[in-house]
Amino acid sequence: MAEQNVLVFLPVLPSGELVGSAAGLLGAAAQLGTPVGVLVAGAGQGQAAAQAAGELGAAKVYLTENDDAPTTLTAPALEAVAAAWEATDPEAVLVPNDIDGRDIAARLAVRTSSAVAADAVGVHRDAEGVVAEHSVYGSAFTTESAPTHGALIITLREGAVEARAEAAQPEVITLDAAQPKSAAAVITGFAENVEASSRPDLRSAKIVVSGGRGLGSKEGFGLAEQLADALGAGLGASRAAVDAGYAPYSLQVGQTGVSVAPDLYIALGISGAVQHQAGMQTAKTIVAINKDPEAPIFDIADFGIVGDAFEVVPQLIETIKAKAQ
Amino acid sequence: MKIVVLVKEVPDSYGERKLNLTTGLADREASEKVLDEITGRAVEAAVSYAESADEVEIALLSMGPESAESTLRKTLAMGGDSAHHVVDEALLGADLTLTAQVLAAAVQKIGFDLVIAGDASSDGAGGLLPAMVAEQLGVAHATSLDSLQISAEAVTGERAGYGGTVSVQAQLPAVVSVTERLPDPRFPGFKGIMQAKKKPLETYSLADLGVDASADVPRSIMLSVSQTPARTAGEKITDEGDAGKRLAEYLIEKKVV
Repeated sequence: MAEQNVLVFLPVLPSGELVGSAAGLLGAAAQLGTPVGVLVAGAGQGQAAAQAAGELGAAKVYLTENDDAPTTLTAPALEAVAAAWEATDPEAVLVPNDIDGRDIAARLAVRTSSAVAADAVGVHRDAEGVVAEHSVYGSAFTTESAPTHGALIITLREGAVEARAEAAQPEVITLDAAQPKSAAAVITGFAENVEASSRPDLRSAKIVVSGGRGLGSKEGFGLAEQLADALGAGLGASRAAVDAGYAPYSLQVGQTGVSVAPDLYIALGISGAVQHQAGMQTAKTIVAINKDPEAPIFDIADFGIVGDAFEVVPQLIETIKAKAQ
Repeated sequence: MKIVVLVKEVPDSYGERKLNLTTGLADREASEKVLDEITGRAVEAAVSYAESADEVEIALLSMGPESAESTLRKTLAMGGDSAHHVVDEALLGADLTLTAQVLAAAVQKIGFDLVIAGDASSDGAGGLLPAMVAEQLGVAHATSLDSLQISAEAVTGERAGYGGTVSVQAQLPAVVSVTERLPDPRFPGFKGIMQAKKKPLETYSLADLGVDASADVPRSIMLSVSQTPARTAGEKITDEGDAGKRLAEYLIEKKVV
């Protein structure tokens, strides 16, 4: 039997680069069959983005280039994925579990009357076909789901799949931008993120440093930033720290907010309520520094330090820097 | 204008939540059942608009077991004119596709100009349902809005996009979903609670909605469920002036930095 096609929606940033989740999406797709990328890019950005997708494992790319910035929400990407679906008869469709990805998956599932697997953390194949793996209730439970029949549409949690596909020289098929088939909202403006942050994206970072209420103030939260920068880590925050105004909501790790599964998670001044644990307890190694010896975060920490983060962290940074030289 | 708010009852995420290891379904006895926090914000968005505009009618809609009725009453106490409860044994373990079909059928039956939902529930966390309902209804969606303005003809708001913030506008009828960035819900006062008791609460079966749960269409099924082994505490030290060094050694030894 020839390998089945697995469609992968690969978002393209305004800069023309693929989003960070692309490698994991293509890695997951390669575990199931032949990864076929679907890209919607700005004018003149498409070929480079398609080559980038190839380097990450796309054997084939369906490419749509827009002359202008998109003016309708979801529709350009949805129609591109739908056209690629028609052309490839895929066994599965993978999209990132982010806002745009979810909208595409939702509409495609209804339109094609397909089963959908939401927030998968892994995929594999059994004798019957495609299986999605899920981590439920803040990863207290693991479940597997599959479609009764037909293709499976999967939203994949960012950073959850480590497998990477082998680079390929992709066959690029150009699609014309299609008219929306469903009523759609219009985009009336776009404000590019101005943060000059060179930090890796929280969702896909190998190391995440998060700060909590225990850091005491917005200035104190700077300690988490310093450590993140010293380690080349992504920056996160507890809900309490976000509510207190120490950090923006986009950094919130937990039941509400971002779920992360890095190799190393360092929690500074975070008590570790169930809600926070739900977003980080699948990290491979957890380190916690907290003044309160009874803080629940210590129950799940591989290395816990009862102490003042403002004393421990500078020493940590200094020691690591000294070793690196 | 008629606004339908999608209401969800969930196991309390501040307590322990369990799946039944035989059926894979939520263990309803294991947890306190509460109104999903994000639903509160969706209701608040509808109620605060109704206070500022004329002739706004709010219907609260939930699909769920018998117990969801008390959750619907609680949301009625925040405001809203009527509650609608889809309850049917055939919906036990319903997947997203069936749930979206059922909710869309109920929304149609109630009548709507605008549907407001939370962006993602705290239990399922899929975040797909609002756009699935929009596709079922054949209307525009504007999901995961961090801000929301409602007018008689349209909704506008902002949401996160790739590399920036997107401003969107949808002509009504439309489906929107809101994030935690929206204002906190109000606490229902005594007056609201008393009034809620007199407000109409209708129940619907699948037959009432003309939905066949056993139709031969692709469904998502659960193949297995298992409990993740609980994480255990590792080494725990008290800082005696050298904890930073010891942590550095631990991380270097583990090759994670």
